[in-house]
Formats: sequence, structure tokens, C-alpha cells
Amino acid sequence: MGLSTISPTLLVASLMIAATPILLAALGELVVERAGVLNLGVEGMMITGAICGFAAAVGTGSPALGFVAAAASGAALALVFGFLTQILLSNQVATGLALTLFGLGLSSLLGQGYSGIRPPPTARFDFGPLSDLPFVGRVVFGHDWIVYLSLALTALIWWFLTRSRAGLTLRAVGENHEAAHALGMKVVAIRLCAIAFGGACAGLGGAYLSLVRVPQWTEGMTAGAGWIALAIVVFASWRAWGVLVGAYLFGGVTVLQLNLQAAGVAFPVEYLSMSPYLVTIAVLVLMSARSGRRALGAPACLGKPFHASQ
Amino acid sequence: MIRLEKRPQPSAIWKTVTPLLAVILTIVAGGLMFAALGTDPVAAIRTIFWDPLFHPQYASYSRPQLLVKAGPLILIAIGLSIGFRAGIWNIGAEGQYIIGAITGAGAGLALYPSEAWWIFPMMVAAGALGGWLWAMIPAILKTHFNTNEILVSLLLVYVAENLMASMAVGALRNPEGGGFPGSRNLSQWPAASNPELIAGTGMHWGVMAAFVAVILAYVLMSRHLTGFHIQLAGQAPRAAAFAGVRPERLVVFCLGLSGALAGLAGIFEVTGPAGQLSIDFNVGYGFTAIIVAFLGRLHPAGILLAGLLMALTYIGGELASFTLGIPAAAIQSFQGMLLFFLLAVDVLTNYRIRLGRTEAAT
Repeated sequence: MGLSTISPTLLVASLMIAATPILLAALGELVVERAGVLNLGVEGMMITGAICGFAAAVGTGSPALGFVAAAASGAALALVFGFLTQILLSNQVATGLALTLFGLGLSSLLGQGYSGIRPPPTARFDFGPLSDLPFVGRVVFGHDWIVYLSLALTALIWWFLTRSRAGLTLRAVGENHEAAHALGMKVVAIRLCAIAFGGACAGLGGAYLSLVRVPQWTEGMTAGAGWIALAIVVFASWRAWGVLVGAYLFGGVTVLQLNLQAAGVAFPVEYLSMSPYLVTIAVLVLMSARSGRRALGAPACLGKPFHASQ
Repeated sequence: MIRLEKRPQPSAIWKTVTPLLAVILTIVAGGLMFAALGTDPVAAIRTIFWDPLFHPQYASYSRPQLLVKAGPLILIAIGLSIGFRAGIWNIGAEGQYIIGAITGAGAGLALYPSEAWWIFPMMVAAGALGGWLWAMIPAILKTHFNTNEILVSLLLVYVAENLMASMAVGALRNPEGGGFPGSRNLSQWPAASNPELIAGTGMHWGVMAAFVAVILAYVLMSRHLTGFHIQLAGQAPRAAAFAGVRPERLVVFCLGLSGALAGLAGIFEVTGPAGQLSIDFNVGYGFTAIIVAFLGRLHPAGILLAGLLMALTYIGGELASFTLGIPAAAIQSFQGMLLFFLLAVDVLTNYRIRLGRTEAAT
């Protein structure tokens, strides 16, 4: 085998599949961070969504119900984080880490007896004859509905953050919670909504891994995807379209290295496997170096606790 | 209506009571979790917290394990706690632990089968250096490019895991191992082994190092100017800047120290309890140490106790999966839950809870 076995059509199509879990999780985290909350528990919510979605889909036979269950479980876990950080005013970094550690444990506990099972297949979105077009048919019109949902969500979040009044409120809370509070905005309630939304997105992303991308349940299967999603939000300078670019860039690196592994390139597999993480670090460095001492676009109140009586 | 009123200063009493309260709440919630799994909760809790130390049959095996497991946890957590105090978040200790094991084992194996006395000390130094170098990556990126150290240190864990896998099947593979992955057994090579120092206690050089680290960290944080600067930078960064604290130096110091300690934990583990470098060498000590650091209130003495408690849950969890059939993963969620409860009850340290109506027009 050689490099010629890599088909560009399949490469681009599988790139989109590889990017979708990260895109979903990063979009959720984008909204959370624009509201001024740093939730480092993305990895924990993703993996919990992966197993809850998998269990629900296997149990009911419906992948759609699986995705709903995944979103609900991600949101539920996120609300634990929200309760601790917003009501009990705990440290956001520590609580996010706790969420990741807890989610990893909980998921392997729930996942007992689910390994080795194949989930019900997620249907392709039917575009009729369009799917038969060469290249375009496979790349643009050949995916399942979650891929299109993630793309629609990108546009929706862009519109919400930049064009809607509710988005303006959310950004105000993230930029200056004291001023937002003085204007009568419900800082804590808005942040809790954003946190729940972020959790639901992370759960969806996790379920996409276990139901479509792999599709199987294995312990620790997210393998840092949640952390990469966090890095992509920084890479995107907290903008929705930037998140899309970042996620697809990452998907490209992942798919390329998997294809190189499969093509049997004379390069140790382990070094190819570490390349997505190294690329993420390199991109983080480029972004933070370019924007100087204070990262451009970071919400001013990111990670700061808010207590109304102060 | 319940509301929170900020205390002028964190309450000293609650600061010591909250970890205990969190442990009790975790035991209650964990009991409920075990009941949901269909196990007798009382038996499960007793197996985890009591039997490893006092069971007539199992205690002789599991009691020495307490120090074996607590050693690396304490050693890593001490390093992390110093950074956490300064607001520098090294969460990639797992990676630094792996790299310490690789560099230390590699330095030793290069001289196999020499019997010189200095091989083990040299390996220990190489392990600490490896962990330090691995932690310097996020540190230098932070000071020169302002890159987030949380993300970089964490992502490097996955890089380190892949590097270890490549070493176990490649450069460091045992040439006499029949092609199986994994290095030579270091614990069976007297010049490189880290044996149990007092039979039946589990005490090895890594545990000694952990105890020394506890004492030195206490001296550093309470008697030394650097320790004061670290606390100042964490609590009031602006005041620290006026006092002449250089944040870049603190980043390099804190990340380097925690990396070196994690590297030490790695080399002591690979030469002692683990014995060899293999694909499944790391078991999450670097992440559990984060819980240990918080449970110990980022204070050396607290970390010592928290490390022993966490080690107990590890051993008890193994025992519970062996005797009661509780899945091994249950203990991991148990540990995560402990950190949740700790962070939740911490509100009592910093805030007073007031019952009654809010005053008008606030």
C-alpha cells in the first residue's frame, strides 16, 4: 500500500465526520465562555453524553432518542457545575476539573456491559439525486443529519451572538457582570442557561463519537476531544465561524494521520497519533502570540465569580 | 430566602471542618450510588474504608499498599499545590510523571547490566530532570507567548502517553522479552531497583521523598520569601506586582517544581512497585493528585492526610471489586464526587449563610 490509496473524496468526507464532535462541543463552550464562565469540564460532559446516548440508542433502538438523552445528560452534568460555581461560588477551574474527573469515572461505571455492542445506525440525510453527484454528492450531500445540525448550529450561534438582543445581553454579562447586574439583567440565570446549553452541546458531541464516528463504546473514548474543543475556542478568538474553521482544521489533521497510519507510511504509529495534540498546541501558541499580552476577543469577565451583594 | 454574605476573612474553623464534612457527604452519596448498583452500601463503605487496614485476612496484603499508593499521590500533589496557590494550573502532572519514568528508566537502561552504586541516584536525577523539562514546555510557552498553561499541560499528557507507548515497543523494549512490549524489569536489577526499605510497610525511596517534600514545602510556604510571593501572587496579583514579584519567574518556578516532583514520582514508581515501563504504566496518579491537593487545602500537612485517604480509597476500591463485585470504575466517580462535595461545602468557609428576607432595594 502507498499514499495513492488515500482517496481525496473520502478524506474530505471523513474529515467532516471527525470534526463534528469537536465542533459541537466547542460551539457549546463558546456560548458558555461568552457569558463569562470557564467550564473546563467539557471532556467529562462529552464522555457522559457518549455513554448515555449510546445506552439510550441501544435500549430504544432509535439513534435520535440517543442524541436527546446525550444532550440531556450533558446538560444535567453541566448544571451541577452551574450550581457549584454560580450559586455556591466555587472556583471555576477546580470545579471544571472535578466535572471532568467525575464524568470519566461515571461514564466507565455506566458503560459496564456496553462494550462490543454496535449501536443502531444513524440515517443519512436524504437529498435524493443530489447525493449521486460525483465528489460533491459524497462530500456535501452524503452525511447524517447531525453533521448538518452542527453546521446550522454554527450559523445560528453566530446570528445569536452578533445579531440578536438576547445575544447582546449574554455578551454584556460576559464582558461586565457588575454593569449587567446594575442594568437589571439576571446574571446568574443567564449564565446557568448558557452552562446548560454548553453541556447539551458537549453531550451531543460525545454521542456523535459513540454512535456515528467510532461507532462503539470504549472507556475513555473521547481521548482529549473535550480539551481540544476548549483550545479551539481560544483559536477562534471566541467567534462562531472561527470555531468551525478550527474544528475542521483539527478534523483534517486527525483524518490525515489516520489515513497515513492505514497506508502504512514508514513512520511510527505513536508519533502520528500524537500529531493532533501537537498541532493543537502549535495553533494555540500562534494565536496567543499574535494577539499580544491579552488574548484578543476573550470576554473580560471570563472565569470571574459573581456575587450580587458586592 | 437564603442568601450568602461574604466573610471579611475565610473562617479558620470551617477551613478545617469542610474537608471532613465533604468526606462524610461523599460516603453518604457514595452509599446511595452503591445501593443503586445493587450492593449493600454499609458493606461497600466498610470494605473501602475499614477492611484494607483491619480485615484479618486482607489487611496484611493491603496495609503496605497504603504507602505505596500514597507516596506518588503526595509527591505530585505537593508540587501541584504550590502552583495552585499562585494561580498557576499545572494539570498535566500525569504527563510529567510518564516522562520522568521514561527518562529515568532510559538513563539507567543505557548502562545495563552495570552494578555501579550510583546508577539508581543517577536515574532518580534523570527522572526529575525529565519531568522538569516536560513542564518547562507549558512554562516557556506561557511566559513567552502567553499561551494557556492549563490546555498545553493537559494536551501534553496525550503526547506523553503516545511517547511511552512508542518507547515500550521500541527503544526501551526488553531485548530478552520475546518481542512483548515493555522494558526490562528494573526492580529485578539490583543497581536500579527501588526496594521496600522496611519489610511489610510498603516504604520505599519514593515514600521517603514524599515525606521530605511535605516538610520542605511547609518550610518554603511558611518560612521563605518565595513562598510568601507565591501566596501573594495567588491572592492579590496587583499587590504582588508592586512588591516586585516577577510573574514569569513564578510560572517557571511553580511549573518546574511540580514537573520535577511528578517526574520523581514516575521514576520511583517504575523502579519499584511497577517494575517496568509498559503501555499501561500510568494509572491516573497525576489526575487524582489534583483531588488530593484540594482535599488537603493546598497545605502540606493536609495533603499528607488527603494522600493517605485517597490511597485508602484506591486499595478499598480494588478490594471491593474483588470481594463485592463493585466495578473498579465506581471508585473513580467516588473520588470525583469527593472533589465536588469539597468545592460545594467550601462556600461555608468564605461566606456566611443568612436566613431571612433580603433588605429592601438592594
